[in-house]
Amino acid sequence: MTRIGRRRRSAIALVAAGALMVGLAACSGGGNSAAPAASIPANGTDDGTNLTLWTRAPLEKQAKLLVAEYNKTHKNQVELTVVPNDDYVAKVGAAAGSGGLPDLFAADIVYVPNWVKQGLFQDISKQIDGLSYKDTINKGHLAAGTYEGKEHVLPFVLDLSMMFWNKELFTEAGLDPDTPPANLAEFAADAKKIQALGKDGVYGTATGLNCGGCLVFTWFPSVWADGKQVMNDDGTKSLMNSDTAKAVYSTWADLWKSGAVLPSSKDESGATWTAGFTEGKVGLMFYPATLLSSTPFDAGVAGIPGPNGGSSTFVGGDGIGISKDSKNAAQAWNFLSWMMSEDAQVGVLAKDHDVVSRSDLAENQYTAKDPRLVTINKVAGEGDTPVALNFQQAFNAPGSPWVTLVRDAVLNDKGTVDADNDAITQILQQ
Amino acid sequence: MTITASPPLRRRRSPRARRDAWRGWGYAAPTAAFVLFVFILPLLLVLQMSGSDWPLLGGNQGLNLPDNYVDAATHRLFWNSIGFTITYTVITTVLLIGLGLGLALLVQESTRWKSLMRTAFLIPSALGLASASLLFYVIYSPYAGPFADLMKAWGFTFLGSPQGALFSTVFLIVWRYAGFYMLLMLVGLQGIPDDVYEAARIDGASRWQTFRDITVPLLRPTFALTTVMCVTGSLLAFEQFYILTKGGPDNSTMTVVQLIYNVAFQGQNDLGVAAALSVIVLAALIVINIFQLRAFRRPDES
Repeated sequence: MTRIGRRRRSAIALVAAGALMVGLAACSGGGNSAAPAASIPANGTDDGTNLTLWTRAPLEKQAKLLVAEYNKTHKNQVELTVVPNDDYVAKVGAAAGSGGLPDLFAADIVYVPNWVKQGLFQDISKQIDGLSYKDTINKGHLAAGTYEGKEHVLPFVLDLSMMFWNKELFTEAGLDPDTPPANLAEFAADAKKIQALGKDGVYGTATGLNCGGCLVFTWFPSVWADGKQVMNDDGTKSLMNSDTAKAVYSTWADLWKSGAVLPSSKDESGATWTAGFTEGKVGLMFYPATLLSSTPFDAGVAGIPGPNGGSSTFVGGDGIGISKDSKNAAQAWNFLSWMMSEDAQVGVLAKDHDVVSRSDLAENQYTAKDPRLVTINKVAGEGDTPVALNFQQAFNAPGSPWVTLVRDAVLNDKGTVDADNDAITQILQQ
Repeated sequence: MTITASPPLRRRRSPRARRDAWRGWGYAAPTAAFVLFVFILPLLLVLQMSGSDWPLLGGNQGLNLPDNYVDAATHRLFWNSIGFTITYTVITTVLLIGLGLGLALLVQESTRWKSLMRTAFLIPSALGLASASLLFYVIYSPYAGPFADLMKAWGFTFLGSPQGALFSTVFLIVWRYAGFYMLLMLVGLQGIPDDVYEAARIDGASRWQTFRDITVPLLRPTFALTTVMCVTGSLLAFEQFYILTKGGPDNSTMTVVQLIYNVAFQGQNDLGVAAALSVIVLAALIVINIFQLRAFRRPDES
């Protein structure tokens, strides 16, 4: 073989590789505009189509109940896929790139603004506008899914952060089991009293100090309860260095120093952050309302107080919409419109002690039996859902600047709140 | 891999020679195709990605140079992760090569007892790294692990402080790999001819002199292999940290590969910047490997 031949051959190989690459790249180009759903009947179509639905593990219980009930009562059949929390974004991203998204998928409500902007959901404004009870649907979730005036997402499962307390431990510590702490100082004092019981393995309170998601979920409400904001209106500037926020950090720093916080809270990255309370080993904590039904003892429930009292909640959970890749928009809408109906909201969610996402159904046959549900539903109206395009990177991601801020303020006592807050703002502005 | 080309021929090739050439290509084709599809094409794709604005959710949005590389190099954890990765690499390389050689010298002779030891040292290498990491995750767990009560009593956690997290992970890696490096060292030791030792003994060399002047210099190729393997492996560390520490506490155990993973899939969701980081790491690895191989070259090769 001659030299020239070799060179030419490698040139051909390079060209071939280049051509292949361009071909590959052409396949992976993502569209950025979701086609609006075609003309769909008000209740969608129920014609025996198989639909696919993805959700993340923390909402598995509610998703399973909803899907089971829908499949029992409809010709369409929904196939549910539950994805581990940490892998969800990557899985959705990969599927979005290759046009392989399921018909319906749920998303953590704080990611929804970004995903809607990326065109992952179809525009369902027309269908939502056609719902007679549209004004009763949770505003925070609807707003998160609204982009350029078009609605894309409905609330799938609402998860609210509430203050839960273990009545038995309260009684043992000489506290009134029916009176929750009215502000953060009282919260801390109660936690220390329970700590002072000196019971083996029992701690005053617990939190997830290495879990950005847990921290926004349970600490933002203390800021809102004071009438302050966590970010500016368009989600490009962090306000987590306000005096109110600093009072929240110093309360927790003092609690941590006093030893009244479950020690594993320090490294808790979110997988087991609620376990201590559920096992009856924690006196009181800010905790997800979705776990009310799986709390096996008598727990009190109230809104999350701020440094000066008041109460608020983080309206979290997941929104759900029809994906850009779905060819069954009419059938998928049938599932969504059923999901918003009284049958599903009361007959499935309220029955399971979950929060309904329609205010007109907040009082129903099940809340009558459990006044705690009334409390939760009432606080839901006072709560908030922060909206920012880069929320995940700024707050929720492992090792995010928000996690750094909290750890510096609470564990390391560095006095760097202002600088750390600037780091959050920097990411919000990207 | 290298493809050795046939020497250029002066005469026109006979039909047979041409047939042989085709046959040669035929034999090489499967490997060539394999390398093309699983190595060269992905590499080209990464290069393309590193120059494009490519969010995880949204696909290729067009050219984005030099922004991706600027963003990668100015990422708030970029230098942190490089510093930590180098620290970790130095610690593991020194420990593994030292321990590997030590264990190999211990179990060099083939007595029954020593063969048993050899097997025992090698057993952890049979575990996958992810499985081993999960095993240690449980061992280090402050709730479920065997040391949970001890940790409570003494008020510490294995993975709770930057130093603790680093050395707990190093311990896992040493446990998992020491036997494997011992094996490589044993192969090297067995490659040293007995008569060299014989001669040294006749000359009255002490044990230490024999080790210093014969064993170590003659193990040079083995040292080269093990160092390159260990350094490359450690610089690309991911699974053990992903499972044990997630880069925590406070990003103190964030390796470069984990940073790439996080930028791509955990928060930033920016494949372009992640690819740019990958290209930077690849370039650095190539340079480091060239230097290493050069340093270990025998004097007569240069």
